[in-house]
Amino acid sequence: MSILVIAEHDNASLKSATLHAITAARKLGDDIHVLVAGGDAGAAVAAAAAIAGVGRVLHVDADHLRQPTAENVAATTLAVVARGGYTHVLAAATSFGKNVAPRIAATLDVAQISDITGIEAPDTFVRPIYAGNAFATVRSMDPIKVITVRTTAFDAAPATGGSAVIEEIPAGPEIRTSKVTGQEFSKSERPELTSARIVVSGGRGMGSGENFRLLEALADRLNAAIGASRAAVDAGFVPNDYQVGQTGKIVAPDLYVAVGISGAIQHLAGMKDSKVIVAINKDAEAPIFQIADYGLVGDLFEIIPALTRELSA
Amino acid sequence: MKILVSVKRVIDFNVKVRVRPDGTGVETANVKMSMNPFDEIAVEEAIRLKEKGIATEVIAVSCGGAACQETLRTALALGADRAILVLTDVELQPLAVAKLLRALVQKELPQIVLLGKQAIDDDANQTGQMLAALLDWPQATFASKVDVAGATATVKREVDGGLETVEVALPAVVTTDLRLNEPRYATLPNIMKAKKKPLDTLAPEALGVDVAPRLVTVKVTEPAKRKGGGRVADVKELVAKLRNEAKILS
Repeated sequence: MSILVIAEHDNASLKSATLHAITAARKLGDDIHVLVAGGDAGAAVAAAAAIAGVGRVLHVDADHLRQPTAENVAATTLAVVARGGYTHVLAAATSFGKNVAPRIAATLDVAQISDITGIEAPDTFVRPIYAGNAFATVRSMDPIKVITVRTTAFDAAPATGGSAVIEEIPAGPEIRTSKVTGQEFSKSERPELTSARIVVSGGRGMGSGENFRLLEALADRLNAAIGASRAAVDAGFVPNDYQVGQTGKIVAPDLYVAVGISGAIQHLAGMKDSKVIVAINKDAEAPIFQIADYGLVGDLFEIIPALTRELSA
Repeated sequence: MKILVSVKRVIDFNVKVRVRPDGTGVETANVKMSMNPFDEIAVEEAIRLKEKGIATEVIAVSCGGAACQETLRTALALGADRAILVLTDVELQPLAVAKLLRALVQKELPQIVLLGKQAIDDDANQTGQMLAALLDWPQATFASKVDVAGATATVKREVDGGLETVEVALPAVVTTDLRLNEPRYATLPNIMKAKKKPLDTLAPEALGVDVAPRLVTVKVTEPAKRKGGGRVADVKELVAKLRNEAKILS
């Protein structure tokens, strides 16, 4: 069993999603290689080599991987797979991993197993289907298993304690038919939505984007990330990268506070694995209350400021 | 230029999915089926590109059983010019669909293939990327804005933390995210007209594609039930419970 994990990074640092993918890899076997393909990504390479359980870090340094496209990451990964004889290729099921992994699988002529939440055997995996309303256990018949890992289903591997061998290897061919020409990232001092310990989310009940300030005050008090339901995104209250749900981000924080969210299946699919769920909604019949540990029926415009005050007391 | 748009027939997004008691899958008998919502967005985008004079023909494709004809008629009613059904009762997995689409692309020579980013049944999110790889084409996935000028498509993509812009040389594969557009409704006259538009049927064998599944479904189970329904009377009780019972807050 030889496992390749494709690291997600911005050259300067490793994304935490990679730590979760490595935990999944460790359930498959002990021979774990991490591929860091980037441009001047020495810091990310050092971080990868320090992760407990990683045996080898494969460092590919090339200008065309500095701001990589799916085409180029896939081409380099395929070159690495061709020389390495891996049985498994893993990536986190982030927008990066989802973009790249199927290209690798198709070129290898193997199926991809998307978004796994469990590993039953080296060829048998559990994954959610129908927005998590069912779970399928699937067995792969292919020689190489290309997998994306649902980060919330596997703990983060310890970021320290490892001392992997670092090997410099050449890049795959550069593909020029695609290039990244711009990035707009929402700047925030808050924790990242998918890795925050506490998430405060607003729904259509917030009424406007302006009213999300109420949630910001609460989130600041709790050091929480801010999320939203698809209804709030569709209404234009907040940007799409706030979206929690089947078609947005999957989160599983210690505490999820759903404010003015009715609890559509679509939304529940993205947050129902949270440890503790608080629901605040004026409609006592809202489906969100059926899965909430602590439901509070009432006007959010009174409750949220009162809650923020109470927490500051 | 031609645009190929791929549509999948799935259980309607409003239906509460039930796992079959024998664990072989989910109940599909007597369940409302619809076009995958992300594919509706793909059809809409293709039609808008035609309305802007960029596309000359929109071809809708679906792979699956005979009932997929309904899904294709919906695409035709929305404005696609003609449709192709790849008819098979074999369970089609993303790699097989990507291979079928590759074969059709090689026949039809479109400049853009539009697909939904994922289907809401298997939630795989693979087919577009696989097709791009098989064709050795560039891809622009999770699109929230598509601009086509000359031989280039400039696509804003929904990525973790924000938006990324990519420029891809045509021909290319584009997969749609939710905010790309709001699909129109089919009007009655267009539904009537769609019945007369051409719909060809092909077998996978005619395209030379082996569609045998690579993943075996061992079983399908219900998710663990969450025990919810707890209530608190006010903010004070909520904070007290979070501190003392759940021990989430210090």
